Amino acid sequence: MTEKGLWVMKHIAIGILGVAALGFMASAASAGTLDTVKQKGFIQCGVSTGLAGFSAPDDKGEWKGIDADFCRAVAAAVFGDGSKVKFTPLSAKERFTALQSGEIDILSRNTTWTSNRDSALGLDFVGITYYDGQGFMINAKKLPGVNSALQLSGAAVCVQSGTTTELNLADYFKKNKMEYNPVVFEKLEEVNAAYDAGRCDAYTTDQSGLYGIRLTLSSPADHVVLPEIISKEPLGPAVRQGDDQWAHIARWTYFALLNAEEAGITQANVDEMKTSADPNIQRILGTEPDGKYGADLGLSNDWVVNIIKAVGNYGEMFERNVGSGSPLKIARGINALWTKGGLQYGPPIR
Amino acid sequence: MASQEILREEPSRGSFINDPRIRSLFFQTLVVILLFSSIWWIVHNVIENLQRLHIASGFGFLRSRAGFDISDTPIAYTSDSTYFRALVVGLLNTIIVAVAGIVLATIVGFTIGIGRLSRNWLIRKICTVYVEIFRNIPPLLVIFFWYSGVLAVLPPPRESIHLPFGSFLNQRGFYLPRAVWGDGSWLIGVALLLAIAMAWFVAHRARQRQKATGQQFPVFWTSVALIVGLPVLAFLLGGMPLTFDFPKQSTFNLTGGFWIKPEFLSLLLALSFYTAAFIAEIVRAGIRGVSKGQTEAAAALGLRSGPILRLVVIPQAMRIVIPPLTSQYLNLTKNSSLAIAIGYPDLTATAGTVLNQTGQAVEGVFIMMIAYLVLSLVTSFVMNIVNARMALVER
Amino acid sequence: MQEHDMSWVRTEMVLAQPAPPEERGAYAWVRKNLIGSVGDTILTVLGIAIVLWIVPQVINWAFINAQWSGPDRTVCTTAAQGGIQPDGWTGACWAFVNAKFGQFMFGTYPIEERWRPILVAILFVALLVPMLIPRVPRKGLNAILLFVALPIVSFFLLIGGVFGLPYIETARWGGLLITLSLSFVGIAVSLPLGIVLALGRRSKMPIVKWLCIVFIEMVRGIPLITVLFFASVMLPLFLPEGVTFDKYLRALIGVSLFAAAYMAEVIRGGLQAIPKGQYEGADSLGLGYWQKMGLIVLPQALKLVIPGIVNTFIGMFKDTSLVLIISMFDLLGVVKQNFADANWATPQTAKSGLIFAAFVFWLFCFGMSRYSMYTERRLDTGYKR
Repeated sequence: MTEKGLWVMKHIAIGILGVAALGFMASAASAGTLDTVKQKGFIQCGVSTGLAGFSAPDDKGEWKGIDADFCRAVAAAVFGDGSKVKFTPLSAKERFTALQSGEIDILSRNTTWTSNRDSALGLDFVGITYYDGQGFMINAKKLPGVNSALQLSGAAVCVQSGTTTELNLADYFKKNKMEYNPVVFEKLEEVNAAYDAGRCDAYTTDQSGLYGIRLTLSSPADHVVLPEIISKEPLGPAVRQGDDQWAHIARWTYFALLNAEEAGITQANVDEMKTSADPNIQRILGTEPDGKYGADLGLSNDWVVNIIKAVGNYGEMFERNVGSGSPLKIARGINALWTKGGLQYGPPIR
Repeated sequence: MASQEILREEPSRGSFINDPRIRSLFFQTLVVILLFSSIWWIVHNVIENLQRLHIASGFGFLRSRAGFDISDTPIAYTSDSTYFRALVVGLLNTIIVAVAGIVLATIVGFTIGIGRLSRNWLIRKICTVYVEIFRNIPPLLVIFFWYSGVLAVLPPPRESIHLPFGSFLNQRGFYLPRAVWGDGSWLIGVALLLAIAMAWFVAHRARQRQKATGQQFPVFWTSVALIVGLPVLAFLLGGMPLTFDFPKQSTFNLTGGFWIKPEFLSLLLALSFYTAAFIAEIVRAGIRGVSKGQTEAAAALGLRSGPILRLVVIPQAMRIVIPPLTSQYLNLTKNSSLAIAIGYPDLTATAGTVLNQTGQAVEGVFIMMIAYLVLSLVTSFVMNIVNARMALVER
Repeated sequence: MQEHDMSWVRTEMVLAQPAPPEERGAYAWVRKNLIGSVGDTILTVLGIAIVLWIVPQVINWAFINAQWSGPDRTVCTTAAQGGIQPDGWTGACWAFVNAKFGQFMFGTYPIEERWRPILVAILFVALLVPMLIPRVPRKGLNAILLFVALPIVSFFLLIGGVFGLPYIETARWGGLLITLSLSFVGIAVSLPLGIVLALGRRSKMPIVKWLCIVFIEMVRGIPLITVLFFASVMLPLFLPEGVTFDKYLRALIGVSLFAAAYMAEVIRGGLQAIPKGQYEGADSLGLGYWQKMGLIVLPQALKLVIPGIVNTFIGMFKDTSLVLIISMFDLLGVVKQNFADANWATPQTAKSGLIFAAFVFWLFCFGMSRYSMYTERRLDTGYKR
């Protein structure tokens, strides 16, 4: 081989080695997610590309919303610091592979819990952070007299593709023997823009989403959400299947948020609650003399204190992001605690 | 004898490393080993990942119920159809928009290309501006522009713009009356087929006669008369079995008639206007590539300007034009995948939905790639045949 | 008799006469170029009608009625829509572009760190301009700085995490920053890769040759979106557990591989145009394969296909806009994302934003194509057939 040829070959070989080395630099020992996360020092959290109230970046690029806060809560539980989390915006299409491949550690992206997703997609749902149902929104100014989804026969309906919403829509119109023509987009922003421009008569997605989207329309007051709820949409975070420890941490972070609300522990009073003599509160906050509920999960014993300091309890999280403290003004409804007639029920920490 | 011996031994002068054959063999073996090991590595990873994560795999899902609706369905499709049928619908939509786009882009492109060579200064400049604008912006932007532009300007369905012949234009698209053929309309089809056959026969005979006697026959006008006349005659004889289904206003939209949706319209316009800019440049280069001597020689033979263009210039220009034109057609077909950005249910969009509903990413992307590859290969194949027929026949 | 001699020889030249009046001046030009025949006249009238119909509208919309600055949507909406403009007003809402300009350029790159991409841009321009002017010496050093040193420096500057610079993940990059960095790295990677593929396709080793053919034809047969889907959805499954790629890097790989296949075809055209004598001449001098290619064939072949290469660059630059489909926010992506801002929701927002994006893309592409025409003329040594 000529000198030049050798030189080129050598450099190509070095290049290939270098690329391979770079590729493996991102690799980590295939240990549990908790160890990996602790090693890299932050949690990679998959969120939506922008849904007000759930996960949307504000003007400064800070992610706001229930889903984003849930990731902060997990980060607080693991690191004692709610800011040790990085967000990856994902489209509906990318969300599952991103979790499957390990690109993200937790998927907190208004995702509906279904049996198929649990069994065939390799996901493990943590809980239901928001009980939702699919509804319809119409422009009441342009369509006076329409006050029920059953009057929508013949309408053009905007919907996001690849979601359970799309399937429920087809089922609902079929069941009620109504015609419609679907206007389907891949991205939420496209659906919003098309609905706002009048491309379709009705918009369907989770009701919470409808309230959030209504705010971003050019004249929110013209639009009303119809009363029908056509499906169950239990939204919750999910982790990879097969890593029980990580799933437990995520699940009990959620339960801790509920237990804290039930026990009346808030972001404001968490420090004084630490001195409480109530054994239940002591167990939750890890102040019980020989309790080690946090350590058993692989966390510190004051993990709940950290969670509450970072994001508050479930009720605070709800009110701040979608409830009365937010522009969405969604009532608690079935998302109230079981003690107040809702469905949110946290198994006890003990 | 002695010198031949020396020559034969010459190559083995150095070590065998310098033997090109051995070196090439070694190198290729290396490549094959590398290739197969990386394929093995990838396949191994995929299988391991799928098993570890309990993800379903295989193509069995194609037979299950799709469950979602599609807005444009050239063949019967409901949410009860299978995923496979959904993909076929997507593929057909891609083909429809690609074929329509190719036809429109060719018409616009040839017009603009010829316009750029016009003697008229103003026309030349307008065409140049068109080409320079559309060539230099991304097709995706053109699509968005048409889509947002069309949506923003047109009125809502209740204030539709009325156009002649009972057609309407509004935000929801373009509504045309649809022809409904009644009993006995098969006669018209038969007449049309007959007319085409007869026109072909006339052309054939006329060519033979011209070869034999030199006399010409007005083939073009005869064919037009046959192809238009016979079906019209059949139509009248059959008792005019044609009614129109006009679009009518209903609660939400116009119903009935033939409906072209804005997604299709803007995709079609964007693709063809974008590609037309490139076709115009190709056409210009093609026509300028035919030397002036050809035109002059033809004129010297006594041909008039029409026949010069038709018999001398265009056949030669086409030889230059067709190969790059083929790649533009392929580009247009591939660019039709941008439909996903505005929600036209082409192959990419439906495959994306299927991928998402089933969660089987590997299979979904695989199907998508194969389908586009086949489409591209078929287009190249057809254009290669055209090219071979046009190519210079040398002695 | 002498005075009756009719023969006469002119001794001085007649002064050149001006062309007849109908053949010169504005009138002749108009007659020749605009109203040469009946058909021409009709076309001219039509053309003038089109120009008169479009141009005043465009000027009115884009300049006269346009709003250049303002705090929110009120400046770009009519009274009926809740704004301050009179009814029936339409005009460009440049105020929207003005307000969002930082985002259009840098995405959500932290404001206090934006000096970093600006510095990179300054370095880039400082290295690129001398590279483009033929008279400036030391092209070799310049090229090394531009294509090797600059990417490394920019990488550390933009990503950070060293020398006390805060780390900024690529998810926060956006706007023109992504468009330009993706296309620059894509260009720097696809050219050498394309050369290798083109040489491979003409190689005498059958396996190498067929591999290259299969790769090139496969990539050219599928749309870029599919390649990007492949990179964003499927690539993670191809890697062992725990190994992940940055999304930006995945898009970069997708775009570069895609462009490399097209580049390979362009370069192959150049290689085929080099006469056999050149190869034989190199062989007779005893040059090895890489010497033959590197010193004799490629310099000539590349020069022949400069327009094609630049066209591929332009195509690639335009194609970077497709990353918005895999939810990355390049210039077009950021512009579109900002349409969702309720503060700026007006009927004019979309049009203004898209026209701004189109103008930026157009500027770069048009510049590239003009420069390529200039180089083509300069390098035209009469070799082209």
